[in-house]
Amino acid sequence: MSLLRRRQRDTAETTAERFPAEPLEGPLLEVTNVKTHFDSPRGVVHAVDDVSFSLDRGRTLGIVGESGSGKTVLSRSVMGLLPKKHVIREGSITFEGREIGNLGASEMRHIWGSQMAMIFQDPMTSLNPVMKVGNQVTESLLYHLDISRTYADELAEALFTSVGIPEPKRRLDEYPHQLSGGLRQRVMIAIALACGPKLLFADEPTTALDVTVQAQILDLLQEQQRERFMAMILVTHDLGVVAGRTDDIAVMYAGKIVEKAPTSVLFRNMKMPYTEALVQSIPKLADKSHTRLHVIGGRPPPLINPPVGCRFAPRCPYAQEKCVKEEPPLRESDVPGHTFACWFPVGTPEGRDALERNRAAGVTAAVVSDGAAAAVSTTATEVG
Amino acid sequence: MPEPPPESAGTALADELETTGLVADAVTVEIAGVTAGVQPRRKKGLGVGSWLAIAWLAGLVLAAIVAPILPIPGPNETFTDIQNNQAPFATVNTPVGCNGSACTGSIVPFTEGHPLGGDKNGHDLLSRAIYGARDSLIVGFGAIAFGILAGGLLGLIGGYYRGKIDTVIVGFLDIMLAIPALVLALSLTAVLRGRVDDLWILVIALGIISVPILGRITRANTLVWAEREFVTAARAQGAKNWRIMTREVLPNVLPAMFSIALLGVAVVIAAEAALRLLGVGLSITDPTWGGIINDGRDALTQGQTAHVVFVGSAFIFFTILSLNYLADVVRARFDVREAAI
Repeated sequence: MSLLRRRQRDTAETTAERFPAEPLEGPLLEVTNVKTHFDSPRGVVHAVDDVSFSLDRGRTLGIVGESGSGKTVLSRSVMGLLPKKHVIREGSITFEGREIGNLGASEMRHIWGSQMAMIFQDPMTSLNPVMKVGNQVTESLLYHLDISRTYADELAEALFTSVGIPEPKRRLDEYPHQLSGGLRQRVMIAIALACGPKLLFADEPTTALDVTVQAQILDLLQEQQRERFMAMILVTHDLGVVAGRTDDIAVMYAGKIVEKAPTSVLFRNMKMPYTEALVQSIPKLADKSHTRLHVIGGRPPPLINPPVGCRFAPRCPYAQEKCVKEEPPLRESDVPGHTFACWFPVGTPEGRDALERNRAAGVTAAVVSDGAAAAVSTTATEVG
Repeated sequence: MPEPPPESAGTALADELETTGLVADAVTVEIAGVTAGVQPRRKKGLGVGSWLAIAWLAGLVLAAIVAPILPIPGPNETFTDIQNNQAPFATVNTPVGCNGSACTGSIVPFTEGHPLGGDKNGHDLLSRAIYGARDSLIVGFGAIAFGILAGGLLGLIGGYYRGKIDTVIVGFLDIMLAIPALVLALSLTAVLRGRVDDLWILVIALGIISVPILGRITRANTLVWAEREFVTAARAQGAKNWRIMTREVLPNVLPAMFSIALLGVAVVIAAEAALRLLGVGLSITDPTWGGIINDGRDALTQGQTAHVVFVGSAFIFFTILSLNYLADVVRARFDVREAAI
């Protein structure tokens, strides 16, 4: 453990040399009106559309949304990992007060790994199959920190110990295929944490893992995040994963953030019908067996030419005429830090009226107004 | 009821833990680790085939190096008994016996003093095969090494960066592929003639011919591997392009490159003979395996004897077989594949 502390001190010193001291006040990461569009042969895909959020040091943000909602594209946009070609980017991304949205790969290289790091979804494919895992850890240590080979090896061993890999010395000399899925993800975490980043992206870190291992990996991430006072963005499609592990949650739908709130507020007092539908779709242990699970009917809208009004309207049980015609802006609720985009929010008189009107009519206004719903359910564009 | 053996208690516990499904990952791993620690890892021997292959290659290289001190005649020594001997496998339409300058006979293998027999020029075949190993191996491996370096670099850069660089590289490789290999080799040797040693002319000319093939293989594989998630992961850790290319992509692409390259060695050794046939390769005083085949060609087509061609081919065949076999053994031993579960 003393070794670890030594390592952290060393990281701090080297970082201080290489990067001038940044003011500690102000948010660590600020994302303003970020748009990421892909220029595809079929048209422009609006994968991320006008997303803003900010993240303070040592805080965790969960980004939740179904497949194709743009959450992975968002995290890669912020990291600057998307290819340059055929990608249209707008908006500003500031990291420690410095604009990084327009930096080239050569400048980002000093931020990648040492300032912000990423854990990928599938530990089976995100480790190099022909390199010993120890070398994969020491590689970035040697690149970012000015240390010797033997010291890097010691650090790697300490890192393996800290992420709970048994027999770290032996594991360092093994190849990825000799490790189990859970161990591989621990190795990935060790690699990401190696240079002590200030911001960690975890892009669905447990999706490819066994359920029993999932909880351990999430606990490990949480523990490391607290120990290192590191900010973390946890991207997932599973509300159960972020519940109780994040400070804030942003719900994404069709490339937009539709609701953002402190975790407890979101679960207790959600305003957006989509969030409500997501929460309802979590199977409950208390339910009797053979209880029908709640599903959200239909599919997300195509991200080429997204619908004019609210993007969730075609699938929304609350949808009214207004929802199809006008796009709801993100607005503040009475709880500080809680924003949502909905004309007829859940738990308000307007929302209740809308739902009752739809129930009485037996159909939602979105379906009545045009064939949008039919079009939505037949064409859907996948954007990871 | 028989008592269960005492050592099964631990396993039973492990089984129980596993069936309950509640056991922590770390715990199972520790159990697995302990048992793996107790049992020594299974070591496989090399097997007869590998030793034969190693013996052949080592013997060949050694013999080629120390050829002058071996008890064999010089490669260009002429033996009248070989020249005067008639072809052993003479067919009906070949006149039996040899009369003066028209003699194209070769003596049988396993005769006194000439274990592999001789060719129409009266040279000892064993001697020519051993001396020939020098130039053949230099040309074969030299040209392919050149191809791997140049083609590998082009393919890696094209496949990794893609875009305009790739278009230029692929266009260049396609143009090279479009020119018939022999014509290209002929013109290259013609251009290089007199500037460098004849042997190195061959290495460079045949090396250039192998560039587009190895380049395309490398590029195709790089395209696949460069898209993999671990490459993005390495990028996200701040690795430089060159480092990603050499450390992440190249080791994964190498097996494909080498499997083609080993076959390429055989093709290049044979191509040397083709060039000699066209009169631009090495001279008759520089023996090579391809040269031996070339020298025995007349006898084969005239139905007189096959053994000269056979000796030359056998040396190429066993060398390439040994190389490929060893390459397979090495790959099987150090098999590092991702989907091992």
